[in-house]
Amino acid sequence: MTTLASVKKSSGTLAQAAGSIIAVMAIGVALMFVAGHAQSATLHDAAHDMRHATGFPCH
Amino acid sequence: MFQRLVTGAVFAGCAAGLIAALLHFSFVQALILTGEQYESGALTHFAGGGDHAVHADAGEASGEDAGHDHATHKHGESGGLARDGLTVLFTVLIYVAYGFILIAGFGAASTFGARIGAVQGLLWGIGGFAVFQLAPAMGLAPELPGTVAADLGARQVWWWGTALLTAAGLLGLGYGRKAWVFVLAGVALALPHVIGAPTLGEYYGSAPPELGAAFAARVLGVGLVAWAVLGWVAGSVWARGERV
Repeated sequence: MTTLASVKKSSGTLAQAAGSIIAVMAIGVALMFVAGHAQSATLHDAAHDMRHATGFPCH
Repeated sequence: MFQRLVTGAVFAGCAAGLIAALLHFSFVQALILTGEQYESGALTHFAGGGDHAVHADAGEASGEDAGHDHATHKHGESGGLARDGLTVLFTVLIYVAYGFILIAGFGAASTFGARIGAVQGLLWGIGGFAVFQLAPAMGLAPELPGTVAADLGARQVWWWGTALLTAAGLLGLGYGRKAWVFVLAGVALALPHVIGAPTLGEYYGSAPPELGAAFAARVLGVGLVAWAVLGWVAGSVWARGERV
């Protein structure tokens, strides 16, 4: 079975697969923004050491 | 498909995040805490000759790092359980976020007919490290506390632009089929560094350069290991899903 066929099989249609991929990508980017870049003081303080240790611009 | 993507991302992200947290406390955290002592003025560059027993009064020396506004941020208690717990939590969270992005990439590549297994996962992981850590670090070195840098907003814009262009460039090199794609990929990889990251043009940092250098090198080393684990696990999980 080709990869494309298996994607289709597990997801119904290619459009559904594309929707899932975009949704998962958006969740990842949003999570990354909240954990690494958002400047709310609470988030900044909680994530402070991780931000430094992951190379995000911190403050 | 959505559920399969999410499951793989969370599983691989937790595994990589826990390893990253372990390495963080083995190699990086002590340097952050030392950097903060220079940032607060508890330690002064040259004053102690590297002897940590020499502590100046924090109030006396707090003017050391010019231009840095301590009122805008605070740190948790050094070595406190809550602070370290949050570091573990957010390290896992950030690798789960990376996992979501990586797995979405797997899904897209598979849709275009690429086969993803453990080996491809490992390569994607190393690519992710280059996208989110190595390439941004070339312009904005991982900041030890006690570093003073350019405007945060400008740095964040450069950071995201660099990550995006590096991702596009690496995907072009890896999956492109035509010469012009390779040329464009090279341009995308080089462009952020030709433009250059926002810098102050002067140095204000209060921590010793040796400390900053060790910190940056260790951050990148830990990042490479964690990303390799993330990609390898995610690729292996993905390949299992393909066979079912």
